[in-house]
Amino acid sequence: MTATNGAALLEMRNITKTFPGVRALDGVSFDLRAGELHALVGENGAGKSTLMKVLGGVYPHGSYGGEIFVDGKPQRFGGVREAERAGIAVIFQELSLVREMTIGENIFLGREPRRFGVVRREELYSRATRLLENLRLAVDPRTPIGELGIGQQQLVEIAKALSQEARILVLDEPTAALANAEVETLFRILRDLRARGVGMIYISHKLDEVFRMSDRITVLRDGRTVGTDKTTDLDERRVIARMVGREVGDIFPQADHTRGQVVFEARDVTVEDPNVRGKLLVKRVSFRVRAGEVLGVAGLMGAGRSDLLMGVFGAHAGRTGGEVFIDGARTHITRPADAIRKGLGFVTEDRKRFGLLLDQTILNNMTLAGLSKLSGRFLTDEDAETAAGERAMVDLRIKANSVLTVAGTLSGGNQQKVVLAKWLLTNPRVLFLDEPTRGIDVGAKQEIYREINRLAREGLAIVLVSSELPEVLGLSDRVLVLHEGRVTGEFTRADATPEKVMACATGHTQERAA
Amino acid sequence: MERSAGEPETDRPVVTADVAPPGVVVEEATSAPQTRIGRFAIPTASLRAYTMLFALVLIWIFFQWATISEQHPYGLFLGAVNFSKLLQQMAVTGVLATGMLMVIVAGQIDLSVGAVAGFAGVVAATWQDYGLVPSLSAAVLVGLLIGATQGALVAYANIPAFIVTLGGLLAWRGAVLGYSEGNTIPVVLPVFKSLGRDFVAPPVGIALGVAAIAAIAWINVRRNQARRRHNLTAAGTGVTALRIILPALLVVGFVLLMNSQGGVPIPVIVLLAVAIVGAFLTERTTFGRYLYAIGGNPDAARLSGISLRKHILAAFCVMGVVAGIASLLHTARVGSATPDAGNLMELDAIAACVIGGTSLMGGRGTVFGAVVGALIMASLDNGMSLLDVESYIQNIVKGAVLVAAVGFDMLGRRRG
Repeated sequence: MTATNGAALLEMRNITKTFPGVRALDGVSFDLRAGELHALVGENGAGKSTLMKVLGGVYPHGSYGGEIFVDGKPQRFGGVREAERAGIAVIFQELSLVREMTIGENIFLGREPRRFGVVRREELYSRATRLLENLRLAVDPRTPIGELGIGQQQLVEIAKALSQEARILVLDEPTAALANAEVETLFRILRDLRARGVGMIYISHKLDEVFRMSDRITVLRDGRTVGTDKTTDLDERRVIARMVGREVGDIFPQADHTRGQVVFEARDVTVEDPNVRGKLLVKRVSFRVRAGEVLGVAGLMGAGRSDLLMGVFGAHAGRTGGEVFIDGARTHITRPADAIRKGLGFVTEDRKRFGLLLDQTILNNMTLAGLSKLSGRFLTDEDAETAAGERAMVDLRIKANSVLTVAGTLSGGNQQKVVLAKWLLTNPRVLFLDEPTRGIDVGAKQEIYREINRLAREGLAIVLVSSELPEVLGLSDRVLVLHEGRVTGEFTRADATPEKVMACATGHTQERAA
Repeated sequence: MERSAGEPETDRPVVTADVAPPGVVVEEATSAPQTRIGRFAIPTASLRAYTMLFALVLIWIFFQWATISEQHPYGLFLGAVNFSKLLQQMAVTGVLATGMLMVIVAGQIDLSVGAVAGFAGVVAATWQDYGLVPSLSAAVLVGLLIGATQGALVAYANIPAFIVTLGGLLAWRGAVLGYSEGNTIPVVLPVFKSLGRDFVAPPVGIALGVAAIAAIAWINVRRNQARRRHNLTAAGTGVTALRIILPALLVVGFVLLMNSQGGVPIPVIVLLAVAIVGAFLTERTTFGRYLYAIGGNPDAARLSGISLRKHILAAFCVMGVVAGIASLLHTARVGSATPDAGNLMELDAIAACVIGGTSLMGGRGTVFGAVVGALIMASLDNGMSLLDVESYIQNIVKGAVLVAAVGFDMLGRRRG
């Protein structure tokens, strides 16, 4: 393969993809040349991953609008296999390797060299050895994947892509899990590949890496292309401006909260990665919240925002460090039950996974966390529960036939309100909200915003994590910005502009951003 | 994966870390574990129990029709004598199923209950020398200790319940053989023996029935008072009266039918007691509520401050006690403790739960359903025996019914 720089290797024209109720991609066009590294950046939810799933055949032809051309020929991928055959390999952030199998077996999974259906192990391993040598990865291909570090696993994924003779390689946050030395190795390999004419699409939140590596940068925002330019024609400030772009509309009911005493304080919180010993997801983060205050926590995916809250709440037992003070007194929280007893509530992200019992009634969901307060310690008091549940239905305007409706049948917005009600029924003094409006419609969002303001007015201390910058800026009295597990900025409501916050979220310190 | 059955898998964003664009997951078609019949939306879990109740009635009608003969022009199956026998036959399975239900609802399984019941039975039979109370309580205590040990291994040592109790099945089977030295030990204490085969005197049956009716009435009245206290709408006088009179009629009919052939069998009373306690535990206590939460969504349960370990351990302890009680009923009924007693009972108990609408994934099922499931299995056994169906066919039929019950349920859910 020789670098035929300039010719369009890939062209995606006018791609549109809708999910029920949402237009995730709205006429996006994107092209890639051979021997080019084209960076794709944008806020969480801008549509980057959706676009790559269209390209990789995860969303088959017919489920999206627009056209895809490879080498000028129109393509209609019915599935991942067909995209692979056209030379497209997507390496997702979560690696798709089988831990129990060897490197070689993983590289050729489903495409094993065989004769009469019998796998030819010698050929498999000799080909694997050559691929690994190409990547300057000095490991035996008979090593089980589980014994490799994340960085090496990533390289195995690349080897797998190369074994399919991929000419278009998509890397989704490839450095998210890598140590610095591993990042350098990866970059060297990417440069090699570029020299060999492979076109690469590079998705990353880390703008310094993007500027170091890319030839061109495309910014996506709200499912649209904001612009594609040569990297040398851009600087970080302009990219950030394109990423945030949107006005903080007046959808946020302004509310000036009168703040009281510091109710909750966390000092030097650390949370260790459950899979990689010694790797910290949260690095010595400290914060405090006053009664009646909303503290916003901003940051990009993987910044450690959820892990911070989970750790403080006692949900990451055994791998959390740091100190917690409630009303100024040192408090030990080793399990969620401790946290709840001390007056903490936690509306977790991903309500289906962490929040709801989908098979059960609204009522059983609402009373789960506060059951022993509502009822006796052993006997449940169905009537006291029903009364409390029906009050919460009215207060939070949950739309359902009755409290006995099964939670799984509700709309996202109403499900979220049920989770909120669950925590309000524990009478918390401090409420953590992690992505409280993800995946719910605009109307329900408004109602949740109003509720957050009401709770703050009533004196609750609120910590709000959200990926939607306007939401954080619109609701918070103060904003804390995390990047890779570290606090990179703290702003008052007046100081916080989208540009400054995004600059900190992409790794700049506050001084440079200001 | 029962849960995913109702959810359309197509065109849903595969969640990798960067995805979940806010808004994209919006209002996706949610699984709907509810079924609409007319204008009533019934949770599917209870629906299966009611469907099975309906199936039970059909089975009864069939056997009643099939057992019509010259001596029994109206059929033999539901006659007082056979019906009483049928209920006695289901007692052991019904008792075990009640305990098994709690374990399964918590997302666990117990494969050892048959072996545990066998072992507890041998211990009880051996301990008859020390007197009645030590003998009976020994069986229950053995069950409790084994349940606690196995539960601790599951909850605290994080060994999967399937493995722990499969090991238990083998080990306790071995213990039965060792402890009994392969001998059959007869039950000699008269009270012990009567536990499995005697009836309470008809007046006692009537007294129990009256007590049951009084309890039903009292519960309804209290319920209404409590609802008014919380400013909820309470049932009107008419509805309340119906809620008392209908169950009361069932109780009266049951007691009269049983008394017409000697009285209510003691094993049936034990079963009813265990089932009522089980229903109370699962539906009216925080313990029960937490079991459903743990089985339905362990992450959500943990984050809601529920101790998974404590409650899983407790579920296994309850199961152990229940296995002890079942061992007494079985030993008494057979008249002796045999080395192979309790063989395959765990599978009957699990099948009863599943037929009655329990999800093996955890989080769903009722004691009522499990008892109905046990009743269906016993009815098939009893009816086919009356018709002289060969035992190998009986097994095939029971197996087919188990698979069909779950199959219909899955079909119904896919449509819904």
